[in-house]
Amino acid sequence: MSGPTVILIPACNEAERIGPVLDGIRRHAPGATVVVVDDGSRDGTAWVARERGAVVLSHPFNLGYGAALQTGYHYARRRGASRLVQLDADGQHDPASIPDLLAALDAGADLVLGSRFLRPEDTPRTSVLRRSASRMFAWIVTWWTHVEVTDPTSGFQALGERALELLVLDMFPDDYPDADMLITASRAGLRLDEVPARMHERLGGVSMHRGSRAAYYMFKMLLNLALLPVRRPSPFRGGRAVAAQRATQQEHTVRAG
Amino acid sequence: MMLAALTPIVEGALTDDGLQPRQKVAAIVFSVALLVVVVELVRRRKLREEYSVLWIVTAIGLLLLAWQYRLLTVFQQLFGIVEPQFALFFGALLFLVLIALQFSVRLSKLTYRNKFLTQRVALLHQEIEELRSRVDPDAASDAREEEP
Repeated sequence: MSGPTVILIPACNEAERIGPVLDGIRRHAPGATVVVVDDGSRDGTAWVARERGAVVLSHPFNLGYGAALQTGYHYARRRGASRLVQLDADGQHDPASIPDLLAALDAGADLVLGSRFLRPEDTPRTSVLRRSASRMFAWIVTWWTHVEVTDPTSGFQALGERALELLVLDMFPDDYPDADMLITASRAGLRLDEVPARMHERLGGVSMHRGSRAAYYMFKMLLNLALLPVRRPSPFRGGRAVAAQRATQQEHTVRAG
Repeated sequence: MMLAALTPIVEGALTDDGLQPRQKVAAIVFSVALLVVVVELVRRRKLREEYSVLWIVTAIGLLLLAWQYRLLTVFQQLFGIVEPQFALFFGALLFLVLIALQFSVRLSKLTYRNKFLTQRVALLHQEIEELRSRVDPDAASDAREEEP
């Protein structure tokens, strides 16, 4: 028994770029449910996505990249999805690689990373600083999880049911889930895998890792990594709400079956 | 009569220590005013009881330190402070740090809850739209136009 496949695209003010991405997904993953999480856009992103037949989940205001992803995870779980692929709305991640990620998932992995560094032709130009930060985190993740990881900051990922179950917990960060989440997932017993994925330079707009944001991001990641072995679960777990959600989900499954 | 009986106590309290009378009166007036304002805010339900606790403790603590010079001396010795004025100042600062920290913790909790609710609203809204379009496709597309 396997539920639908969800293709998840978190988007904030990407009306000009998301169209071709959605078209590409139609071509490369025709049977999948395409979900766009509109994270408080002011430029009609939701409208563009709806026009192209995507399911749109709208945050009334901006919550952050990680929170938008998580809304999509919640949706996938509510609909009993067994596989989810997430990619960015700005055209960085080539939908042509979606089948490769899904294949790795079907081969038994719980969380598959699409890496731009496994094949030389996939690698777009990046700054030396970003490259070396990426290397450092790759080394940390590999050392900790014993899984060879080259691109731990990749937002191009595929998740199975077990990964979704873990990532809807509220320890999932609002901003950028990265190296620390991979290690958390691995420690929770999930199987990580990495496959080559084609990436392009952004079609425009602003990168999310810049200036002081990048510095904060580095700080946050290092703090999280340092605290990882001694961290307690979050005191707020949405308690009753999560239970209610489970009930709804079962209801859905029953109705579907 | 009452006032006459109180005068020596007040005078004694004002002169027996290293704080100048003016400083002492100012500190006492300030802490009493703080206490009154906090209690009044709670009475008008503009301040929740849970947040008033630290404020009331601060006001009373400050009042005691300003009033009872012996207490201030103990506090001074505890932290190795030379000037009594600074000890008073330091006491207030200590409580402000605690209050700020309490706020940060509350904010973190509210941020979690805010995120959870926003996500839930997005999910439920989509579900309503989907159900509505099943019942009456035209009405649903109208509703979409009106979205903010």
